[in-house]
Amino acid sequence: MSTLTALARAEAVAVGQAQRITTVRHLHVADRPLVFIPLSMAGEANAPLAALVGTVPDDPRLLVVPQPRNRDQRFGFAAELAEVLLPYLDSFRGVTEAVAANRGKEVRYRYVDAPQVLVPNSAGIGFVRMFGRSTRFRRTDGDYPVQPSVPLLGQWLTFLADRAEHPGSGMLLAMTEALGLHWATGQSALEDAHLAALLAWIDPADGLSGADAAVVAEDPLRWPPAGPATDPTFDNEMLAPAMAAYQEAVGSGDEVRRSRARGVLEEAVRSQLGPTWELMWRGVSLLRELPVGSRVPGRWAEDRDVFSTFTLYVDGGGYPQPRRDGAVNAAQRLHRLERALQSYAVQRAYDDPLVMADHRLTGEAFVGEVTLADAHRIDDSGKRRVLRPRIQVTTGDVVLVTAGAVLHSPSRPGQKARVVFVTPDPASGRTDVVLELSGGLGRSLSPAPGSVPEVGDRLCYTTLSDSFMPPGEFPSREETPWTHGGPPKAYEEPVEPSVDDAREEWS
Amino acid sequence: MTSISMGTSRTTAERLATIRGGAKPKRHNARTIAALTRNPGCARRAVLDTAGVDKQRLAAYIDFPARFGQSGFAIARGNAFEAQVKASGAAELVKLLRERLGLPIPEVAYDDLETVTGREKETAEVRYARSRALLLRAAAGEDGAGTLFDHPLLGLDVAGQRVYLEPDLIAFQHEGRFHVVEIKSFAVVDGQADPGKVSAAAIQSAVYVLAMRQMLAEAGHDPEIVAHDVVLVCPRDFSNQPTAVLVDVRKQLAVLRRQLGRMTKVEEMLAVLPPNLCFDLAPDADGVPTRAPEALVDALQTVDARYAPDCLSVCELAYFCRAEARGCTAALGTSAREELGGIERVETALGLAKGELTPADDQAEAATLLRNAARLRAEVLVAAAGAAG
Ligand code: SF4
Repeated sequence: MSTLTALARAEAVAVGQAQRITTVRHLHVADRPLVFIPLSMAGEANAPLAALVGTVPDDPRLLVVPQPRNRDQRFGFAAELAEVLLPYLDSFRGVTEAVAANRGKEVRYRYVDAPQVLVPNSAGIGFVRMFGRSTRFRRTDGDYPVQPSVPLLGQWLTFLADRAEHPGSGMLLAMTEALGLHWATGQSALEDAHLAALLAWIDPADGLSGADAAVVAEDPLRWPPAGPATDPTFDNEMLAPAMAAYQEAVGSGDEVRRSRARGVLEEAVRSQLGPTWELMWRGVSLLRELPVGSRVPGRWAEDRDVFSTFTLYVDGGGYPQPRRDGAVNAAQRLHRLERALQSYAVQRAYDDPLVMADHRLTGEAFVGEVTLADAHRIDDSGKRRVLRPRIQVTTGDVVLVTAGAVLHSPSRPGQKARVVFVTPDPASGRTDVVLELSGGLGRSLSPAPGSVPEVGDRLCYTTLSDSFMPPGEFPSREETPWTHGGPPKAYEEPVEPSVDDAREEWS
Repeated sequence: MTSISMGTSRTTAERLATIRGGAKPKRHNARTIAALTRNPGCARRAVLDTAGVDKQRLAAYIDFPARFGQSGFAIARGNAFEAQVKASGAAELVKLLRERLGLPIPEVAYDDLETVTGREKETAEVRYARSRALLLRAAAGEDGAGTLFDHPLLGLDVAGQRVYLEPDLIAFQHEGRFHVVEIKSFAVVDGQADPGKVSAAAIQSAVYVLAMRQMLAEAGHDPEIVAHDVVLVCPRDFSNQPTAVLVDVRKQLAVLRRQLGRMTKVEEMLAVLPPNLCFDLAPDADGVPTRAPEALVDALQTVDARYAPDCLSVCELAYFCRAEARGCTAALGTSAREELGGIERVETALGLAKGELTPADDQAEAATLLRNAARLRAEVLVAAAGAAG
């Protein structure tokens, strides 16, 4: 946590309401997101119990598994979920746009929109990942045949869970994290993982302080947990009897009794899911109210790219993702995630002065006024005469950069500024920084209009750079050295699920 | 009361008995000891735990109930899995141990030390003595001394007090080396399990390793014959089939040792507390504690706490202590507190940030940083509001 965020938390305590820690929204909010709230059965390994899912606030679809330990019912749930999710994904496969690829030598197509799935919290993302794992290897033939939609659902859930790990991606988001990215509450990060309590701080009920509203929100009777884990008291006092009654009704062979028992069970789980459903849409509206950051559409375009590519893979009959990545794949993935993380951090700072303020506080950036400018300065010390304007920026920020450092300004991408002198003035507490500019000045020996900051301009300079980072190089899969386990093994590559995979035990 | 008398002076034992009042002492388990190490600096917790006060009941009675309920489904599944692994003389477990540890276990003797028929009312001391005798025979390599010991009762000194542990574990002995076996019902899918659950299991197992080592050392054996690799048995993938993984708990052992060692000795803690301090929850004829909740709250407030958000997942008194800690930077989490320069109160941090308070000498550095942060935040927010409006 940065000092500024900690300070915002302190302010939230004093004010009694969460405080903004960004000036813009740093993620894409889709026009038609799919909200998905899964519940799982306590004690079991990712056995679905129920879910509320849908794209319209007043039309959630309830899925229930009356006997979660029953294998057929589990896959029945998967098939029902697929009935909602797959058409939703398909609905984005209409209009495409052309994108230049391979330095303009080729043209690629991508969809102009993409799906966005919202779950309440990071455990919800864990559920998506595990449910993807448990369904993508199923087969439509053999011992335990499932509907064709089930393994397809598994591939898509796995895809979404993978995207959720990618910093800056908006295809699968946890609401608590999306909100926590923009607001600091007066409670701890641990407590922020509770969606109702987090929203209580951001948007407290009338007359209540955030702290008091959060205490109310923590009462599982009023605000049941947002899943996937259920409230133990609910399990013991409502769910267990309802399940037992259902079991008995099934045993009795009386269809009327069975459907009545199912109705009771459905009402019970709905009571647990309904309040979270409301909270999810409240979260969506709160996020929508924030002005969007200028680099968000670029990151969403990347999501659309990846979505488009994966649809091609699935259409081509691509095999399910492997259980584990082989050494090279794992290293490549890690490298991709690191690059994404870094560029996401830089982009947020470039988009948002409040995020940049974190870097100003630590001396990696400063904001100041141009107090001198020599726009036409020519450097003739080398073989060729080159245009190297100099400006002096005077700032009250802490300046920790030293001569020789290369800086960038978010408002002037493509221009580098090399630090020539740093002169602090202890009397005024201000610092003069002389910068030599290169790039983005036009082609002649006199600068293009507007390409050199003028005296009086207010600018931010930082060591953070948004420039392209070249991808690392990795050996091909076949050439994976033995020190890294050699070429990938069967379970580390996508392959057709074997009969054994599909038979995998469920209990 | 004899259960707390070992290694403690008579007066300390008496004081602890007074603190606990007429109620029966609450027994420790590996979970509570593991939790103890999560907040070793908290005197309130140390005093209550050492005296064996039932914190769960206490918290409920003063209207800050803990939320550590367990779902019947989870308990049932856990019990079923454990029973399955231990069925037929732990046949499945032995098979796994052979495969995972590569041990050529010829035949196996399985002793359940939980209760001997007709002796259900055994005291902890008697059970401990029996477990100890059996395990020591095995350590000495005596013939027919057994291989698997289920539910041995172990003892551990915590803050100068002997506490007994009721592990639902198996100690496994082969050629004079012991392994602790923990059976847990969370799944290991494709070789990976929930890291939080694994680390909780690891620290609990480490408590058992430590207790067994202590027992062996007291009897003159080499404590290192208890392996630092514990065997964790869990369901594999989405099935009921058990799988075993070895977990190295050396790190957890080091943490435990350090934190148990660091826990202020209970005598020292008691010395600064009022002599009549008491958390008696003894009920009257109607089953309601005789003392008023307010009196218990007053008593709690005489013992220093050290609340951190982590308490919410480990200590029964967390909701009470959280309410008490409102306005403290510690309630915002360790890293927030550090970023606020370690300043204790939120209002102080804000006062320094706004320049309304003059920093004390040791606050000067923090105050400069906070003032800078506040200036930046204000500058950006004002500009943003101007741009929006
Ligand atoms: S909840 Fe209170 S008593 Fe328990 S450890 Fe935390 S501060 Fe100590």
